[in-house]
Amino acid sequence: MNASAKKIRALIVDDEELARHVVRELLQSHPEVEILAECANGFEAAKAFAEHQPNLMFLDVQMPKLTGFDVLELIGTDVSVIFTTAYDQYAMRAFEVHAVDYLLKPIGRERFEAALERAKSRLGAKMPPAHELAATARPPQQFLERLVVKDGTKVTLIPVTKLDYAEAQDDYVALATQGKKHLKQQTISALETGLNPDCFVRIHRSYIVNLERVVRIEPYGKDSRLAILTDGTRLPVSRAGYARLKALLDERK
Amino acid sequence: MHPLLTRNRLGLYLLAWVPLVATSIYVLVTRGTLGWLQATALAVAVFLFYAFLCLSAWYPCRATPLGRVSFIRLLLTHLIAAVLISFVWTQAGGALAYAVLSPEKLDAIRVQFRPQLNSIFTIGVLLYLLSVAFHYVLIAMEDSRHAEAQAVESRVLARDAELKALKAQVNPHFLFNSLNSISALTSVDPAKAREMCILLAEFLRMTLGLGEKSAILLSEELALLERFLAIEKVRFGARLRVEEAIQDESRTLLIPPLLLQPLVENAVMHGIANLPGGGTIRVASQCQDGRLSITIENTFDAESTSTRRGGLGLANVRRRLEGRYEKQSSMQVNTDGDRFRVQLSLPAEPGASPK
Repeated sequence: MNASAKKIRALIVDDEELARHVVRELLQSHPEVEILAECANGFEAAKAFAEHQPNLMFLDVQMPKLTGFDVLELIGTDVSVIFTTAYDQYAMRAFEVHAVDYLLKPIGRERFEAALERAKSRLGAKMPPAHELAATARPPQQFLERLVVKDGTKVTLIPVTKLDYAEAQDDYVALATQGKKHLKQQTISALETGLNPDCFVRIHRSYIVNLERVVRIEPYGKDSRLAILTDGTRLPVSRAGYARLKALLDERK
Repeated sequence: MHPLLTRNRLGLYLLAWVPLVATSIYVLVTRGTLGWLQATALAVAVFLFYAFLCLSAWYPCRATPLGRVSFIRLLLTHLIAAVLISFVWTQAGGALAYAVLSPEKLDAIRVQFRPQLNSIFTIGVLLYLLSVAFHYVLIAMEDSRHAEAQAVESRVLARDAELKALKAQVNPHFLFNSLNSISALTSVDPAKAREMCILLAEFLRMTLGLGEKSAILLSEELALLERFLAIEKVRFGARLRVEEAIQDESRTLLIPPLLLQPLVENAVMHGIANLPGGGTIRVASQCQDGRLSITIENTFDAESTSTRRGGLGLANVRRRLEGRYEKQSSMQVNTDGDRFRVQLSLPAEPGASPK
């Protein structure tokens, strides 16, 4: 396959108009790159992605509401992404670790050309999973503050404090919040690593519970127990899960 | 080192013994057979010796600090010391008399003072105990002076740390984003790019210059904020709106330098930058009843659960206010719907009006 002959369909995502302008201007000398749309935030980006199906994205990391990582998580990894950032040591580390291309602002011509060349040669290759990138980019000692879920075209942000519990369902997790459940494509173990272990406990192979919601623990059967939540939900607690739960509750006393 | 063994203090201490010496000379002359010369020689020798002996009270005093050892131990320590010292004194007194007086006077003195040896011994004990009390006062004084010196030193250290913090305060994120804006403007609007370079240069120069001072006029800080917000406005465009409500009288009041800048930077970084549609930053100040109140208010994303990420900056401002004004200042942080508000209240210190 001749990569350079292939038409490149690109999106530019940045919340700053001037920053988008720089990328647009640098792309002017590349007629093979078609700019499909410019987006000023993550929601627009997710929408534009579904609409235009680009194969290359210039994606700013720091944007309101949805970060660049959130956007990547929403659209999936079947797109080449060149991240842009002004100064974010943690994001930069994440890019290095996962060998993802990125541009530092202000963006220089030479560096830009190199990134574009690499992107061309990699068109069609998968990006590393967004949540892994995001996990590496999180400053130490910081945990997720909110979860991003996409239902069809609708994007929902769930603050972790409003998450009641999470349930594993094959490759998905069901996030229970305020009586509703949202499906998210992620393993429960991956979710667990992002949550603050002082507030969320893996009580079972398939369940993570928000400690604030647990009202009491009841024995159930020989070796297992049930956790009763404030809204009456009953979740199974394994033996190992009970040990973890008990350790955490004892700590809180 | 004994605190009294400096020239000035020792002189004063010995001066305190003069009345005692004078009294004893008088007694020796009127009640005994000594002439003025020999009486003076004896009294001075005996009391000078004892004055120095009593200085040794400093060591047991130091070893048994008041309030930290039991009363019994205190009493025992000093009583035993008093008895020993007084014993040494009375014995040495005999030897001194032997050295200063002519033989026939010596016998007369012996006859005269032998029956009173007990009372002399008691006087020695009392004098020593007086010296103990005196040394405790001295130690307390030394301690408080030391504490004061330490407080001054820690204040100097805090100030140094503050200056360092101020110099490091230009946020790299801000700097790189501004440079990126300039880089974009060079082709879109070269005149604006130059203007932005100048704004940025002025901002940096002011930050460095103001950081050196201990207090600046509110108007100077406002001029800095104006540059900062003008730069951020280029970056955020219509997303950043600014309102000012500055009472004229408040402009000439003094505030610590770069006190408001981190607050406004927070307002942009944690407020405006998180809002796709942007928001408003409001800066207000007024002077009333000898107090300067300053309010920095911004729109923020109330839905975001982001735990106060501006926490460090706010804590810093609070610490600086407390360091400078102690209880005379206050800082209130609250949210009201989608408004985030920081209110400062400090004593109104008038500065020279700007030229």
